[in-house]
Amino acid sequence: MRGYKNVTTSALGGSEMLDISAWFNDLLAGNLIFTPTTLGYYWEGLVTTSQLVFLSLLAGLVLAVPLAIMRSSKRKWISLPVYFYTYVFRGTPLLIQLYIIYYGVVFIDGIQQTFLWPILREAFYPALIAFTLNTAAYTTEIFRGAIKATAKGEIEAARAYGMSQSLMMRRIILPSAFRRALPAYGNEVIFMLHASAIASVVTLMDLTGAARFVYARFYAPFEAFLFVAAIYLCLTFAILYFFRFLEKKLLAHLRPQNT
Amino acid sequence: MKKLLTMSVLGLAIAAASSAQARDYDHVRIGVDVPYEPMEYRTADGELTGFDIDLGNALCDRIGVTCEWVEQEWDGIIPGLLSRNYDAIMSSMTINDERRQQVLFSDPYITMPSAWFAPSTLDITEANEETLAGKTIGVQRGTLQDNFVTDNFNSIASISRYSTADDMVLDMQAQRLDIVFLDFPIGQSTLLNNEDTDYVVVGEQVSEPKEYFGDGFGIAFRQRDEALAERFNDALAELQDDGTYDEIFARYFGEE
Repeated sequence: MRGYKNVTTSALGGSEMLDISAWFNDLLAGNLIFTPTTLGYYWEGLVTTSQLVFLSLLAGLVLAVPLAIMRSSKRKWISLPVYFYTYVFRGTPLLIQLYIIYYGVVFIDGIQQTFLWPILREAFYPALIAFTLNTAAYTTEIFRGAIKATAKGEIEAARAYGMSQSLMMRRIILPSAFRRALPAYGNEVIFMLHASAIASVVTLMDLTGAARFVYARFYAPFEAFLFVAAIYLCLTFAILYFFRFLEKKLLAHLRPQNT
Repeated sequence: MKKLLTMSVLGLAIAAASSAQARDYDHVRIGVDVPYEPMEYRTADGELTGFDIDLGNALCDRIGVTCEWVEQEWDGIIPGLLSRNYDAIMSSMTINDERRQQVLFSDPYITMPSAWFAPSTLDITEANEETLAGKTIGVQRGTLQDNFVTDNFNSIASISRYSTADDMVLDMQAQRLDIVFLDFPIGQSTLLNNEDTDYVVVGEQVSEPKEYFGDGFGIAFRQRDEALAERFNDALAELQDDGTYDEIFARYFGEE
């Protein structure tokens, strides 16, 4: 399939543009499915998917840190509400959550007149909200596990130094918990990328949406979905290597020393 | 390399498919995308009904085969036929050249224009590049309306594509869409009869250019099932002669 070259060429630009577009058209000549138009859809889809996944992971991470601290609190009235939240969001399919947030909100009377409507009207934001809440729930549980697994000795040592609870959390528990959580969190990022494929059910033109469009227009399931699968694979590898790099850097102290 | 691989897999599939003999059917599975009121939809107690369903059942009776309706979402309905999930499609499918390359059509059994629907507050009298600029247009994914809107208005308006007509109507009522483009009778029964909001047809009903809007609705078969298509065509002609067709038509569209 000759259309594969698209991703690399789109990254170029500027003065060589004319040259490249001529070469590009030449490359695609005689190809009925991978025309500049459909490749444009795939590109648009790549941008949408990246934005959606990146923003929801970022917001989810920011939410998950305080939630994880609350979740590991000994006080029931602090930890129980968070437990309830993670239980609900981990216990129901993301697709259902997306349906509820996208189609459900419009049945709230008068929602169209509130300041929220310009946000909820677009398909992007309901999807972003659903994804964020979902990934925040999983990330909270990942962090809670890591916090719980802090070595007893470290905590006792911190107490012996007279550290307050919050200072201990900031200096001792969280830094080591983040490191411990890294491999599991890397998995969550990849899961999120793959879960984002359902965004097309609420009309978003993400990568899968682009593939479904090409599939329905040209009745070409192989071409449409193999191509998009290849793009997902590339994204997954990028994430994988990013986390491998992070682990190498941040978990260096856990590796056995050679000398 | 990838292409080669795909081609050889496809080649194998085609070889396997063509070696299977075209057979005589006594049981025909028909693919249908529900809901698409009044062509195919479910009554309050869940029973499948609509013009296509009634006509399809009448055709099967006349031919002397049993019919089974198989539900399939629209964007996969032709691939589903080709991969033998069912033997025919009777689901408001417009006959056009693009589809003729994939499937074999019966004679058209009804012709139906498309139309633009919008809330009366949108206040435009014709749908063209000027009036649609900046609007959000709803279409069902993979329909000829989708193709038409995508080719003509993609650069000036944003297009939302839905898997089912139901989802689209829901978003129209939620005010996420400014205007939708769909088969006229479907919009008529789902939007014009709406009690809460005042929807209107924008401009004339659309059935040109033929390149997009084709030659009416037909039943689709796999290319090699010519004998089966012939039996349906004969039965259709008989039903049109003896008045059964008119009776079914009146049931859903009133007298005309």
